[in-house]
Amino acid sequence: MHLVSIAVKALFMENMLLALFLGMCSFLACSKNVKTAMGLGLAVTVVMGITVPLNWAIYAYVLQPGALDWLGIGAIDLRFLMFITFIATIAAVVQSLELIMETFTPGLYATLGIFLPLIAVNCSILGGSLFMEQRGYAFSEAVVFGWASGAGWLLAILAMAAIQEKMKYASVPKGLEGFGINMIITGLMALAFMAFSGVSI
Amino acid sequence: MKFLYRRLQALAPLFEKGGRFERLYPLYEAVVTIHFGSSDTTRGRVQVRDALDTKRFMILVIIALIPVTLFGIYNVGYQFYAAIGEPASFGSMVMKGLTVFMPILLTSYAVGGFWEVLFAVVRKHEINEGFLVTGLLFPLTLPPTIPLWQVALGISFGIVIGKEVFGGTGKNFLNPALTARAFVYFSYPAYLSGEVWTAVSSSASRLVGYTSATPLGVAAATAQPQAVTDALSEAGYTVMHCMIGLIPGSIGETSVLLCLVGAAILIVTGVASWRTMVGSVLGVVVTATVLNGLVSDTTIPFLGMSPLWHLVVGSFAFGAVFMATDPVSSPDLKPSKWVYGFGIGVLTVLIRVVNPAYPEGVMLAILLMNVFAPLMDYSVAEYRVRKRIPNGL
Repeated sequence: MHLVSIAVKALFMENMLLALFLGMCSFLACSKNVKTAMGLGLAVTVVMGITVPLNWAIYAYVLQPGALDWLGIGAIDLRFLMFITFIATIAAVVQSLELIMETFTPGLYATLGIFLPLIAVNCSILGGSLFMEQRGYAFSEAVVFGWASGAGWLLAILAMAAIQEKMKYASVPKGLEGFGINMIITGLMALAFMAFSGVSI
Repeated sequence: MKFLYRRLQALAPLFEKGGRFERLYPLYEAVVTIHFGSSDTTRGRVQVRDALDTKRFMILVIIALIPVTLFGIYNVGYQFYAAIGEPASFGSMVMKGLTVFMPILLTSYAVGGFWEVLFAVVRKHEINEGFLVTGLLFPLTLPPTIPLWQVALGISFGIVIGKEVFGGTGKNFLNPALTARAFVYFSYPAYLSGEVWTAVSSSASRLVGYTSATPLGVAAATAQPQAVTDALSEAGYTVMHCMIGLIPGSIGETSVLLCLVGAAILIVTGVASWRTMVGSVLGVVVTATVLNGLVSDTTIPFLGMSPLWHLVVGSFAFGAVFMATDPVSSPDLKPSKWVYGFGIGVLTVLIRVVNPAYPEGVMLAILLMNVFAPLMDYSVAEYRVRKRIPNGL
């Protein structure tokens, strides 16, 4: 029940995109059509689902004070290395994912283009790992949180992409076209997502 | 009518290309088409044109809204005299209601109309009757105590950001009236929750101990889930009461019965989808039944509210009939309409029960499903393409 509540929270109440506004750059740039959005969303979900537990392990067994007891040097506090190690882990995972995708799904690899390596600097993914540390999640919680946050990101970008496909019929004033109207759409979506703010489970 | 027609025709050269008021053509066109049918022929590949264009379509919604509007005006007056504890005649109740409601409505129309005309003139699109619907729906969702500047602010946001930046009626993805209300709701929560549902301030009330809590307010304040129904009847609410609607609430939302009349008009004329409405009722019934099964002493008191109560209180009926069925922001395909309606019902009950921050969930449930409506249509269309199912099923 506790794990379910973490998942629901990460999906809706603390949705990475529409409640915390993390990972906006690729969200705005890669939501022209649903297929690309699906690909990018899945990639983010997988990366987040892998990196959050991985970073949890690194944090628990290497970085946190007393973690290095097994080497006999338990007094050392390596937390100042947290950012750099988390980023390195994420970069490594993204790099391997890129290699895998280039081999098995070259089409998707080509559509995502520069945005695939950019996942490495996607704020929502580093954000996921940092939230994990900040909230002191246990391993099972970190796994659930990672995958659910990724799925929440996927859900938001899918809705955005479907709206943008519908926007083909709109006639947006000059000057608001493209980026401007996307920001307005995101804001309105976030307004609707306010439905969940205040829910405590 | 013939006379009017000739007069309007005589004015036409002034507004057509090269005329003195060329820029104001949308205004002229709006006046003409509100009285007479359009003689426009089709351009492009489309060969057949229905006489029921979006203008007539939107006017039908206005007609369906007339019963709830009139009742809302009467109820504002009724609640006022109930609050100050004075007996009053039918006429004076209506008069009181009019003095409260008309300024709100006129502000909404004047400010909303200003933006609509401004965008129409500058961007050269026609003035659509959709704004008459939005301009009427928005005041109906507000409490009678709302300050007029908030009405103006809300309708400006709804019309400009909710609709016109996308290109006008038919191009937006959220319901403009609900966007306006959500904007006001989140910006000035104090004016849209609590003791705001009667047109007198509580200090002016001469009846000691008189409160104007809505049924939802009563239910949320109950201590035990088993006691919700008792608490409601103690506060003087019965299901019949809420059906008829002589209870405090937003101006247009209280009478479920007249919402049903509106629903009948909309369904018979084919303007609104019965699938969305039935779907949302099903959503409420299923969710409320499941939640009722979870009742124990320690849980949230609201859990014990029965499905029937959920259907008659608050603005569920109004939202499901007039807001959720907005043909622009709801999905187009039949299966997605079912999912969309059902989702609204489920979310409405969930927000009411689980979210202590908001006593009512209809507005946010509909907005949230608006966000996902294009995705539903997309998924259904993709599924059909893959399975080679012809459209129209």
